[in-house]
Amino acid sequence: MTTSNTSAVDYNFDVVRQFTVMTVIWGIVGTLVGVLIAGQLIWPALNFDTPWLTYSRLRPLHTNAVIFAFGTSALFASSYYIVQRTCQTRLFGGKLAAFTFWGWQAVIVAAVITLPLGYTSTKEYAELEWPIDILIAVVWICYAIVFFGTLIKRKVSHIYVANWFFGAFILVIAVLHIGNSMAIPISAMKSYSIYSGAIDAMMQWWYGHNAVGFLLTAGFLGMMYYFVPKQAERPVYSYRLSIVHFWALISLYIWAGPHHLHYTALPDWVQTVGMTMSIVLFLPSWGGMINGIMTLSGAWHKLRTDPILRFLIVSLSFYGMSTFEGPMMAIKSVNALSHYTDWTIGHVHSGALGWVAMISIGAMYHLIPVLFNQGRMFSIRLINVHFWLHTSGVVLYIVAMWISGVMQGLMWRAVNSDGTLTYSFVESLTASYPFYFMRFIGGILVVAGFILMAYNMFKTIYAKDGSLKPIEAE
Amino acid sequence: MSSFWNIWVWVLTLGSLVGCFLLLRWCLNDHTGVEEGESMGHSFDGIEELNNPLPKWWSTFFLLTIIWAFGYLALYGLGNWGGLLGWKSSNQGILNLAESKAKTAASLTEGSNFLVQYDREVAAADAKYGPIFDAYAARSIEDLATDEKALKVGQRLFIQNCSQCHGSDARGTTGFPNLTDNDWLYGGSPEVIKETIMHGRIASGMMAWEGALGGEQGVKEVAAYVISLSGRSVDPVLAKAGKGKFALCAGCHGSEGQGSLALGLPMGAPNLSDNIWLYGGSKRVIEESIRYGRAGVMPPWKDILGEEKVHLISAYVYSLSQD
Repeated sequence: MTTSNTSAVDYNFDVVRQFTVMTVIWGIVGTLVGVLIAGQLIWPALNFDTPWLTYSRLRPLHTNAVIFAFGTSALFASSYYIVQRTCQTRLFGGKLAAFTFWGWQAVIVAAVITLPLGYTSTKEYAELEWPIDILIAVVWICYAIVFFGTLIKRKVSHIYVANWFFGAFILVIAVLHIGNSMAIPISAMKSYSIYSGAIDAMMQWWYGHNAVGFLLTAGFLGMMYYFVPKQAERPVYSYRLSIVHFWALISLYIWAGPHHLHYTALPDWVQTVGMTMSIVLFLPSWGGMINGIMTLSGAWHKLRTDPILRFLIVSLSFYGMSTFEGPMMAIKSVNALSHYTDWTIGHVHSGALGWVAMISIGAMYHLIPVLFNQGRMFSIRLINVHFWLHTSGVVLYIVAMWISGVMQGLMWRAVNSDGTLTYSFVESLTASYPFYFMRFIGGILVVAGFILMAYNMFKTIYAKDGSLKPIEAE
Repeated sequence: MSSFWNIWVWVLTLGSLVGCFLLLRWCLNDHTGVEEGESMGHSFDGIEELNNPLPKWWSTFFLLTIIWAFGYLALYGLGNWGGLLGWKSSNQGILNLAESKAKTAASLTEGSNFLVQYDREVAAADAKYGPIFDAYAARSIEDLATDEKALKVGQRLFIQNCSQCHGSDARGTTGFPNLTDNDWLYGGSPEVIKETIMHGRIASGMMAWEGALGGEQGVKEVAAYVISLSGRSVDPVLAKAGKGKFALCAGCHGSEGQGSLALGLPMGAPNLSDNIWLYGGSKRVIEESIRYGRAGVMPPWKDILGEEKVHLISAYVYSLSQD
């Protein structure tokens, strides 16, 4: 944190500040909606008998808020920050950057309004209807112009690895979003996909899985490649490893979608290719974790005193865990047990809360003081409390879903001596309730952590300029 | 798939894997011109990168997964090629039930059904559990309805296959009949229950009557009369007018609204005089039924479960109203 504002370059930090603050706000909103629907699964009366608050409408709101409001705002903030600092130049495009902020917030507000009203294209993680889809495409193309424009006018000869990942993420998300959202509008808020049947399903999961692969993995690896070495004040472990794992990751991820459609009408060979590529993807995924964690070699002691670094490193452990779990779940015979159960939910949240949220939280705690002319966050102790709240919340959540997921899978396939199924669906649901409660508690801990973070952030922002001095390491 | 797309798939799939392999091989050797373990020499906002080699365990595992990938694709196929094993999850190209049955029968006699995972698992289950259900099927439904063990099996089948509409306790819900109250649409004898489950039922006779009754007023009048049939108090003027129009309904529901079963007719028109309502007995819902019609469907289960299991479910359903 010693590098703040010592550079001669006139960086555009306004848009970074805006996205940073909104990351924390949307983090609270997204997780809060998550806790509400987790509660609804235990106490269905929490929908208050109104269509707008039913699980089916709030669930897409939760996923959209977390992925596109919280996660993507964090990506906007960090990519705009990193691309400027590692290229030593101001953001390209002038007011276009500001447009991406207001445009993106408009997308999110539109989602917050239309999803509870019941407008949906019914495609998972792509529920927003066609007018909003068009706005997303426009904002995203502007994002690409700003980002790549900045890269082009860089003042350094090489392009830093973080920017490779951001570049891949921005390009591929544009292709995925436009490809999957192609639809024929029949009214102002209703459209039908131009794809049908198994092709529609394949398009959807080509999109769906690469929203995970490029937005939630590649994008956040870009974030990791800047903030981990920066916070640890160590050089990146291996340049060569970053080359192999970058190219292998982006060329393999795009194939992995069919593993969401095992044992369906999708042709067998497509399922086979999806499973194959998912398994080959395992080691390239781990390349990022190794490069991040090994960057810390020689600086391990910092984990004892620096809760921000702890967020970053623990996020990499969760990343490693879920990128091992993912290929395993892509194996047809494992998938036959895990698919449609809570195991999938557990897997997603070990990625979303463990990897994506923790790396973003760590990055934001690093960024906030830099952006608002302070030497450190208002309270390091509160960051530490946040770390433990979040970590225990995530662990509770994942463990609960693992147990209930495997239990559901086993209950659904259990048969009696006469071949009839041992359990009815309702029995497997009743058996899941204790774990739903455990998940609910985990979710509350995560939300509590985010609220602490917001408090800490606003205290830092409103502190007197430069009044928070960095604490010297012992 | 045309051979163009087949080649497309092969080139892209194998190309990606080969590309990963070449990339890995290239990076295993040091082409950076920088001493191993030293900084690459560029600094990005103060961040440097070291030229450390790839971890050996990592590159070995990566290489192994690539080799495995070629082996797996060879066994399980790619594009139009079915692979060395010829494995299939199911008979995916089949478009209708008759074709599917013919295919399954053919592969059973050829002994090659193990290639199709679904057929193989079904055949294994049939071989193992078939005799149990054959034994039950040889006994009469009345007999099975007194056999506690048989009823337990029947109940489990009911819960897995029927409870989604008729409820776990078989007491039905809006639009789906209660099976425990001895009020039958098509008949409650063992034979008729079995026929209903085997072949399903389509209640298509209740059309939208608003037009034929001369509009909304007609609907209100007939509804009032229908409500009066089960002894509830209604506007006598409306009911009287409705009685005249009820002749249109009597063909199925009978002149006294006693239902098609009482008339010995097979169209499943409910008894309107017993205060048991399939879609609800409020004035609003009855008017809605008359105005828009109703079309209940019970799917046929013969091809899904087979006659032996239907026989057992019939015994269970029959037993529910035999107190």
